[in-house]
Amino acid sequence: MSDLLERRLLVVTGKGGAGKTTVAAALGLVAARAGKRTIVAEVARRGDVTSVFDRADSQPFEEVPLAPNLFHISIDPQDALEEYLRDQLPSGAVAQVLIRSRIFAMVAAATPGMRELLTVGKLWELAQLDRRTPGADAYDLVVVDAPATGHGVAVLSAPRTFAAAAGGGPVARQGKIIDAMLSDPEQIAVLAVAKAEELAVTETGVLRASLRERMGLPLERVVANMLDPDRFSPREATRLQSHAAHPAVARALRGHRRALRQRAQLARLRKLTGQAPAHLPLHPGGPDLERLADELAGQL
Amino acid sequence: MSGGIGERLEGKRICIVAGSGGVGKTTASAALALGLAAAGQRVAVVTIDPARRLADALGLEELGNEPRMVDPAALTAHGIEMRGELWAMMLDPKATFDGLIAKLAPDARTRDDVLGNRIYAQLSSAIAGSQEFSAVAKLYELDRDGAYDAIVLDTPPSRNALDFLDAPDRLTDFFEGRALKLFLVPPGIAARVMGAGTGVVFGILKKLTGVNLLDDVSVLFRAMGGLIDGFRERAAAVKALLTDPATTFLIVASPEREPVAEAIFFRQKLREARMPFGGLIVNRVALLGDDEHADPVAIRAALRTELGDALAAKVAEGAEDLQRLAARNAAAIERLKTALDEPDPIIVPRLDGEVQDIDGLLVLYRYLAGETPG
Repeated sequence: MSDLLERRLLVVTGKGGAGKTTVAAALGLVAARAGKRTIVAEVARRGDVTSVFDRADSQPFEEVPLAPNLFHISIDPQDALEEYLRDQLPSGAVAQVLIRSRIFAMVAAATPGMRELLTVGKLWELAQLDRRTPGADAYDLVVVDAPATGHGVAVLSAPRTFAAAAGGGPVARQGKIIDAMLSDPEQIAVLAVAKAEELAVTETGVLRASLRERMGLPLERVVANMLDPDRFSPREATRLQSHAAHPAVARALRGHRRALRQRAQLARLRKLTGQAPAHLPLHPGGPDLERLADELAGQL
Repeated sequence: MSGGIGERLEGKRICIVAGSGGVGKTTASAALALGLAAAGQRVAVVTIDPARRLADALGLEELGNEPRMVDPAALTAHGIEMRGELWAMMLDPKATFDGLIAKLAPDARTRDDVLGNRIYAQLSSAIAGSQEFSAVAKLYELDRDGAYDAIVLDTPPSRNALDFLDAPDRLTDFFEGRALKLFLVPPGIAARVMGAGTGVVFGILKKLTGVNLLDDVSVLFRAMGGLIDGFRERAAAVKALLTDPATTFLIVASPEREPVAEAIFFRQKLREARMPFGGLIVNRVALLGDDEHADPVAIRAALRTELGDALAAKVAEGAEDLQRLAARNAAAIERLKTALDEPDPIIVPRLDGEVQDIDGLLVLYRYLAGETPG
């Protein structure tokens, strides 16, 4: 764990419905408890992370405190574009012309990897010790609640794609600088969240391959989420079999089979990713962030 | 349970299955199509990204972008009496969009200029909603072919339901925008028409992003100018299809925080857009079953002599977890019922194992139909 928390960026991705947002928030909490000034950055339009923390939606692009040492931001490409222009251009008036210009918005939308580049550029900015945002304090760690698996890698590789596609100019130059950070395993770690289900496990394997191929990065850590408890030993299970007529025992056996299926998928996951995944149990009463942070802290 | 899926879809020709990622939209779509086909209809199911094994089960290994009939023998082998036909296809959004461009282009040269443009591919995926638009455009084509009694569309995994409902408007808006028109006249004139601001925009863009890209954009948009009228027409037709009385939206959710929020949001947007809502499917629900045998304390006491206290305690512990999970799921369902104004949603319990073959689809369909499989 200590090693992971020393990076600048932790990128949390995974298949839809795997609990990515919850795990990213729990991870942020682990870091914040360890004394790191941490921000959880959501790469999307809606305030999912804030609703995990039971907060009303924050304004986009505002760095909102959630808990001691813990902050949240929701990154919108349009906001990132405006901030970038204000930062880059000598005069605010010129920036305004561009921001209001539909043609500019359109070209930005049409330019290969531009939206992703702007998003990732903001992540990079958050991770700088010397922030470009006027008056902003530095963070020790940025936890990224990234888009679902496929798109997650596209976001990370955007600066490199862009730098290669553009003929030149400052955007391409900056793309190279950002890419240098995003492809440096000392500064960034990518984590995948997966349920112990066949499709999710397969996708995690694909993610690992494409991460290596496109970014030269390892899949640093896999978190198997929402696991059912493995309550019964084989002997106990056999014993239960002989009382399967009792409805409660029958239900227990179904739960046991569910847990066994999950164990089989965990074994596949281990084989496909070359590492033992961290295990997070299903919280029957709903995900409890403090408890998830406890459970996660011991395993990373 | 009243109001199985068949009843809700009566008189509907198009069924769009929506919901957030990971709730089982694809399997629900496939199961629904299978059930309708078995009952005698000629059904096409359009899926976006099915799991490998499900794709194999439906014979979808080839990306043809056209529906193919699922071999009836493969279905009857599973004990299904097929009275209709099941057709399935895996949507290739890019091929669909390309096909649309090719169809709308006034001549071969325009078509090649657009399709061969370096940034066209990027553009066709960068505009929010273009994947969704492709899906609906395909739906429109299939519907117009008139070859099917019913079409079931599994929607793309959008982060935002709006991408789906707004797609026709947004693309029309994009194509009709003043910005695009600007590219259709020589830059010199444009600059004079629009004033000095445009010159500034072009100048800064050049400096920031590099000249080559801008040229590509310019060439692309000039070529696309010839497509505008056709595109506008198509987008209007596609939009009309979404509000057609024979179209309906089914919302799929699992009883978790995000999918519930997404379902509520989507229902709200449907209402605002005056698009038809056909029903709610709550998938992967933990059910308690027989209440009499659900109380953990009673379970432990009842099983103590037969299993020994330690094992009985474990069984009771599992029952307690299930009770909590079931209570949470029930609360989520209540929330959905109220927010969606849907008093009688279709509830599908957590099944043993993942649905990824014909047998799994059959079990799922029986729940959708309101039967309780034995």
